[in-house]
Amino acid sequence: MNLTRLRWALWLIVALALALFGLFALQLSRPKDDFVQSALVGKPLPAFDLPPAAQGLPGLASTDFADGKPRLLNVFASWCIPCRAEAPQLEALRGQGAEIVAVAIRDRPEDVEAFLQGYGNPFTRIGADEISAVQLALGSSGVPETFVIDGRGIITHQHIGDIRERDVAILMDELRRAGSGA
Amino acid sequence: MIAEFGLAALWLAAALSALQLLAAIAGVRAEGSALAALVRPAAAVQAALCALAFAALLYVFAVTDLSVKLVAAYSHSEKPLIFKLAGTWGNHEGSMLLWVTVMALAGGLIALIERRLPERTMLATLGAQSFVGLGFYAFLLLASNPFTRLDPSPAQGNGLNPSLQDLGLAFHPPTLYIGYVGLSVAFSFAVGALVTRQVTPEFARVMRPWVLGAWMFLTLGITAGSYWAYYELGWGGWWFWDPVENASLMPWLAATALLHSASVLAARDALRAWTILLGVVAFSMSMVGTFLVRSGILTSVHAFAVDPTRGSFILALLVLYIGGALVVFALRAGTVTEGERFASLSREGALVVNNVALSAILGIVLLGTLYPLLTEAFDVRVSVGPPYFNPVAAIFFVPMLAVLAVGPLLRWRRDSFERVRAPVVAIAVAALAVLLAVWLFTGIDLLPLLGMALAAAVALGSVLPLAGRNLLRLPLPVWGMVIAHLGVAVAVFGMAADSAFQQERLVAASVGDQLEVGPWQAEIRALSPVAGPNWTAMQADMAFSYDGAPARLAAPQSRQFWSPAQNTSEVALVTRWNGQLYAALGEETQDGRWQLRLWWKPFVTFIWYGGVLIALGGLLSLVGRVTGDLRRRGAVRRIAERRAEGLPA
Repeated sequence: MNLTRLRWALWLIVALALALFGLFALQLSRPKDDFVQSALVGKPLPAFDLPPAAQGLPGLASTDFADGKPRLLNVFASWCIPCRAEAPQLEALRGQGAEIVAVAIRDRPEDVEAFLQGYGNPFTRIGADEISAVQLALGSSGVPETFVIDGRGIITHQHIGDIRERDVAILMDELRRAGSGA
Repeated sequence: MIAEFGLAALWLAAALSALQLLAAIAGVRAEGSALAALVRPAAAVQAALCALAFAALLYVFAVTDLSVKLVAAYSHSEKPLIFKLAGTWGNHEGSMLLWVTVMALAGGLIALIERRLPERTMLATLGAQSFVGLGFYAFLLLASNPFTRLDPSPAQGNGLNPSLQDLGLAFHPPTLYIGYVGLSVAFSFAVGALVTRQVTPEFARVMRPWVLGAWMFLTLGITAGSYWAYYELGWGGWWFWDPVENASLMPWLAATALLHSASVLAARDALRAWTILLGVVAFSMSMVGTFLVRSGILTSVHAFAVDPTRGSFILALLVLYIGGALVVFALRAGTVTEGERFASLSREGALVVNNVALSAILGIVLLGTLYPLLTEAFDVRVSVGPPYFNPVAAIFFVPMLAVLAVGPLLRWRRDSFERVRAPVVAIAVAALAVLLAVWLFTGIDLLPLLGMALAAAVALGSVLPLAGRNLLRLPLPVWGMVIAHLGVAVAVFGMAADSAFQQERLVAASVGDQLEVGPWQAEIRALSPVAGPNWTAMQADMAFSYDGAPARLAAPQSRQFWSPAQNTSEVALVTRWNGQLYAALGEETQDGRWQLRLWWKPFVTFIWYGGVLIALGGLLSLVGRVTGDLRRRGAVRRIAERRAEGLPA
């Protein structure tokens, strides 16, 4: 192998290294954001039809969203501690007029009922997602998460993690925007 | 006082490093420059000063001097002494000081003993070493001073991250650092040889012990890190392709390739430019790894204290050293004359396959590790995991293992198929026999199946070179090769067996439950809270019986630390010669039962036995090479003395 004929290849290595360092510098200058946003924001809800997760409340299907009214879709589980922490904020959202529906992940009816007894029930419908199928289809990577769905069933916003007090106003804004855009 | 003393020693060492660089440049540019005589003493004194600075930091940690900011942030007066000392390097500043110290010690050692290369090449090498060193001194003194005081000093320290309060882990980072620094020495030798156009077999022989040593420590570091992740994280896996794991794997892959190409250069004067390039790449990978880990631009299970200014600093060093070395390489590589030629069926040919495969795997791991970063630049989030790494790396790993089985049987320069036909056929038959037997009896997946067959082939191929030789007179480096290759076979067997045959149970457990996993019966005898020095835990007292044998007791814990607050899982392991039972206690469920995960992992321990064997092979080679060099040096000196006395040599 004669390297004089491979000069360009040597400079290619230099160029690749510099491109790599450039990439490093670019990423270093950007703020780090560890949240993985769902790729479905701006897209219609995936089709699903879930049975009821607790006695006395209907289940949840994607067709329930197509009535022109924007809603919050809360992904939660009775075994999830942050879900307990966000219960008062969900209650506050309902108090301000939001309609909240939910998907319970890998749960048992008696546990969901105990959860609603203990922490209050802000939901009008809860679908039971026993194998996380709908959760995965929504692009949600954990519990709790809350999606804003407009009146045509399009996901307009995703909130990752538990809802803190300051998030209540943000979510109400998103909900209003979803309502006016429809 | 001791802290200020350490800081002063560090500043002096940095000044000497600058002196070493300037004197080396003068010496390389003008033959016979008086300044050149300063280079070696400067390197030696610098090593002593760095050692003092590190000793000072060890001391302030040992006595828990809380007026030093670093001690207050990472130590605690009630911590056991060994963890206080480990706290010295269990943080960014201290670990950087350790890095600089090991590097200075290595530089001092070369300066004092290495006389085989032309003096001008040595000056260039020591110059490169001090140039790299200066950057790290600047980083340490300007952006991460370990001796900063805290006024007023707090009454108590913060403590060390509980996951790190583990004896195995206390020695994991230093092991990797010694490996990285060894590669920096190889880098300096490569730059020195390139600058003075002295890419010779002698250069390869001088560089080789450093590469061997670095590689041995990296092997141990990765093996220990993998075992730590396995028993400390409680996830039951031994390799997660996490960015930080990859950061330690990439220099190892490059060092493994370098080790083999340096052997070709030393023995046959071939692969000159390639060996230099690998020398640069191996250290580059250590630096890139350090950058990825410390800058926090990739998401990893390893949460290091992240600071963008530190990231920028390491990036600047990266551009300076790696960019600089690659530019010098591009300018000079054309002038490195072509080495000796060899036939494709030869030892060199097999080693070229090894180098190409290792480089390809390195490229694959690098691409997979950086790909999320690349797509993020275009606001697309992806994560790259085992579904990419395992099959894609296997494309090169599988043929590499096949060549590894026969390579050591081949002669240098040129060999004929007729000569090696018998052993090659024997190896092929062994591999096929294992393949068929395992496939017929178990029907496992393709990759583990190939792994088992190749492990058998490599094991046989690595011991065949011993056939017909006097084992007592066999040189140590040959033993090293045999044992390291055997280690590869053992580790591959462990990986294949674990992935093919492991069994898992996840249950919500309560006292008195009887469980089965694989050939094991498990019984939960008690579930009770226990308290340790700085934690409380829920402990499951369990009895495990293998296939009806007398029960063995083990107790997995779910631990709660309070300073700092954190949950960890303390897994219970029951080890047999043929594998491990792994039990991890999780969280309490709502009805008062506890999540319990049990795995039966046949032969999983062979993965780490293999790693240790590989490192042991490296050690034997290293000892063999160093004692060989010393003996040769002694002989040269005796001849010179006899000449001086006027006697016939």
